[in-house]
Amino acid sequence: MGSTRVLVGTRKGAFRLISDERRTEWTVDGPHFPGWEIYHVKGSPVNPDRLYASQTSAWFGQVIQRSDDGGASWGTVGNDFSYEGEVGEHQWYDGSLRPWAFTRVWHLEPSRHDAETVYAGVEDAALFRSTDGGRQWNELSSLRQHGTGPQWQPGAGGMCLHTILEHPTDTDRLYVAISAAGAFRTSDGARSWQAINKGLRSGEIPDQDSEVGHCVHRIDMHPDHPDVLYMQKHWDVMRSDDAGDSWQEVSGNLPSDFGFPIVVHAHEPNTVYVVPITSDSHHFPPDGRLRVYRSRAGGDEWEELTTGLPQQHCYVNVLRDAMAVDTHESCGIYFGTTGGQVYASKDSGDTWSPIVRDLPAVLSVEVQTLP
Amino acid sequence: MSNSVRVILPAHLRALARVQGEVRVDVEGEVTQRAVLDALEAEFPMLLGTIRDRTTARRRPFVRFYACENDLSHEEPEAPLPERVARGEEPFLVVGAMAGG
Repeated sequence: MGSTRVLVGTRKGAFRLISDERRTEWTVDGPHFPGWEIYHVKGSPVNPDRLYASQTSAWFGQVIQRSDDGGASWGTVGNDFSYEGEVGEHQWYDGSLRPWAFTRVWHLEPSRHDAETVYAGVEDAALFRSTDGGRQWNELSSLRQHGTGPQWQPGAGGMCLHTILEHPTDTDRLYVAISAAGAFRTSDGARSWQAINKGLRSGEIPDQDSEVGHCVHRIDMHPDHPDVLYMQKHWDVMRSDDAGDSWQEVSGNLPSDFGFPIVVHAHEPNTVYVVPITSDSHHFPPDGRLRVYRSRAGGDEWEELTTGLPQQHCYVNVLRDAMAVDTHESCGIYFGTTGGQVYASKDSGDTWSPIVRDLPAVLSVEVQTLP
Repeated sequence: MSNSVRVILPAHLRALARVQGEVRVDVEGEVTQRAVLDALEAEFPMLLGTIRDRTTARRRPFVRFYACENDLSHEEPEAPLPERVARGEEPFLVVGAMAGG
């Protein structure tokens, strides 16, 4: 029987939630790095014992931790995220230009092709790569030097690169997303990048269908259909069928199309999950009811999933990296809330139960399906 | 000539460096803030970037430096630290700035 390891990053440490394939009884292990903000913890698809954690603090800056035993023990690796070449400037909130300055790592993406390769998405927005297990980081600077770079600007959470998707077979292709710049694609191993935002419309910017400036919250894809991308934008749930060349809105009957995470079912490429949030000024679920919405049609037609989730007086948020799926035969869906709950469904979202209820605010959830 | 300088780290950095209590670092030459921090980071490389910015080498905004009941945070990094710190009679304190709410 396989096992399940959920990796949770919170405002005050990291936790491991461990179960077998039944996912009924859970062991809670943590906090690791207590008191530190853990923006993201993720395991290598090539070597599941190899984990990376982004440990950060307003006081003490950025630390990267690595584990080679599945998170039982950890050690620091490199934390030098120096921008390459001329630093350049981007838009600031007041319309002035401000030099790029590193703040933190939002997202770590271990390569699905090589256990020693890992990508880091950082604030101020840039993409870094390590090919030696995190000891040394090099910026893939052609992204930040994209001609539109000076027009990028921070969203309320900072100007962060938060989504990194590797193509399952084409090692030269990557997708990334930045708040608030939009989505970008490379097809030549990060030597050059294209903005892939055609079809996005954002009422928060003066030119609603501008090439850049869109506050993309997260993108996901199924490895069997790597040209089909799903996006939760600030407002609007979007779908692309041509690797991001164009996007169509698929918000359909959602009670709100504002939200942060979006994930695709492990075995059903057309099944997608979102967590609607009331609005950008009301970061809680509509009507105080925590609902996951599932579309089995690749968007547009959504069904609410509520069994086991609080349906009154619930005013938590679910952040962009705080939802994940496992690959067990009966696909498990997991998400964490800013109220410290981590919910799990072992039946593709039909029913839910909390694994833990009182963690610090959850920033990220990843899951490993282990043999 | 080297000086054995006592350094007290905040709890989070003690945990990161896997030390308990104060640490001692050997400082060659004049005992300045920069020399102490260089020696500290050489002894505990996991502290690189946690006290000073990796790129600019400036003190991180919410980190303070105290010694002999004085706030030395705004002193020049090359300025000599107090004699009592250089002689190991008083510690050099790295402090996380107060925050609450």
